[in-house]
Amino acid sequence: MDINIQNLTIDFPTAQGTSQAVRGVSMKIGREKFGIVGESGSGKSLTARSILRLLPDSAIVRADALTFDGIDVMRADESAMRAIRGRRAGLIMQDPKFSLNPVMTAGAQIEEAVRAHTKAGRREAREKAIDLLAQVQIRDPRRVADAYPHELSGGMGQRVMIAMMLAPDPELLIADEPTSALDATVQAEILRLLDNLVSSRGMALVLISHDLPLVSHFCDRVAVMYAGRVVEELKAADLAHAKHGYTRGLLECLPTLSQEKRRLNVMARDPAWLA
Amino acid sequence: MSTMIRVDDLGVRFGSFEAARGVSFAVEKGASFGIVGESGSGKSTVLRALSGLNQDWSGKMEIAGVALGPRRPKDFFRRVQMVFQDPYGSLHPRQTVDRALSEPLEVHGIRDPEPRILRALAEVALPAAVRFRYPHQLSGGQRQRVAVARALMSEPDVLLLDEPTSALDVSVQAEVLNLLMDLQERRNLTYVMVSHNLAVVAHLCSTVGVMQGGEMVETVTSADLRAGRASHPHTRELRALSMELEEP
Repeated sequence: MDINIQNLTIDFPTAQGTSQAVRGVSMKIGREKFGIVGESGSGKSLTARSILRLLPDSAIVRADALTFDGIDVMRADESAMRAIRGRRAGLIMQDPKFSLNPVMTAGAQIEEAVRAHTKAGRREAREKAIDLLAQVQIRDPRRVADAYPHELSGGMGQRVMIAMMLAPDPELLIADEPTSALDATVQAEILRLLDNLVSSRGMALVLISHDLPLVSHFCDRVAVMYAGRVVEELKAADLAHAKHGYTRGLLECLPTLSQEKRRLNVMARDPAWLA
Repeated sequence: MSTMIRVDDLGVRFGSFEAARGVSFAVEKGASFGIVGESGSGKSTVLRALSGLNQDWSGKMEIAGVALGPRRPKDFFRRVQMVFQDPYGSLHPRQTVDRALSEPLEVHGIRDPEPRILRALAEVALPAAVRFRYPHQLSGGQRQRVAVARALMSEPDVLLLDEPTSALDVSVQAEVLNLLMDLQERRNLTYVMVSHNLAVVAHLCSTVGVMQGGEMVETVTSADLRAGRASHPHTRELRALSMELEEP
């Protein structure tokens, strides 16, 4: 499994003309943990979603190459895309409150995913769902399987989402801000869980977030996006040696516990970054 | 220095559930007190009881030496203002910035709205042109500045900040935190800030109260927290996590 994106642009027509959301982004992602970092509107989510062709209808997408494991995502028909979405690549979104069905139990939703992607029967799907809940480290999987989303905490809901995405044994997980709706402690637990699952199953992970230190903590490589472009791509271990002004700015404007700062650095946005 | 806020043995119940119990802390005038904890630890419950949004509580609370009852006099709401997490949710979508800033003045019968609105916008570093825009025409950081400006309109002594930067990008967070520090210095404001981000709380506040399961398990100065001189296991746990994520 590898993803190849070359010179991707995504435009949206607006009343004032075309708005360029992604401008010439290229990246190659293999079986690794890859982070995409940027602020709201930087194009990070659109870039990741383009891999699954999950963009709004109004989006105008162009690319020299956009492939998932050799499959041309730009030209594939819907049935070929359905074979990728969910089955070979799962998408975990930010807030389980909005992405879980409120009128189905957690177990029923995971069973649905199992049955949509495998030939499992009802009973087998039920057993698989409970096993998946156990794999995402839910202590009492049978009770959680019978619970409705409103009865679960945010962290628990996100575990259910992850369990559902794991059902068809995907090769790639795209996690779009999977923990921004969660507490710091739960956030770390969920990311560690993702980290373990991805390593033990040999999956690829694309982690999208606005939190640069967090992403670099869990990923091998990080692409930093600004205003629709990748301004810097670096190994997570080399973060301290980041060169681009924007990446440095992101790191320097954070309050830290280890070091007291009288005033926080404010990012001075260089117009040249937009070029 | 005089004590601006005193909370003594505060308890809040929702039916049979004790959301907060035995919470006590005091904040000097012009100081900042941070409350950290996980979701459900009761940190927002304490802030809401203090602000008067929840009238059902037990214990004692004082602002500037005056005991607070369940129902507050109008002057309380002039002196104590609140800033919420999501500025998009706390600004009226069909009211201009001008309208949002005028309302506290009308409510409290404060005269001369014109110069006050212009001054408030300047104080939070917003261009005067923003005045007649609607919230959707502003960026997230600008919206939070409007929310801070609105809180300042009634010339309060105390600002209650409920996760004021957690919905913002980190670069915007830095701007809003700097703004809050400047305003505090200029106006000698007293802050109580609730957040789950330990680094943000330690940055703005000199003292931090750590909440777990409805109780304030430890009160520690930010300097001690940074140096690792915290005694409660939950404080240590939160600190260790925050430190770990700071290292790449």
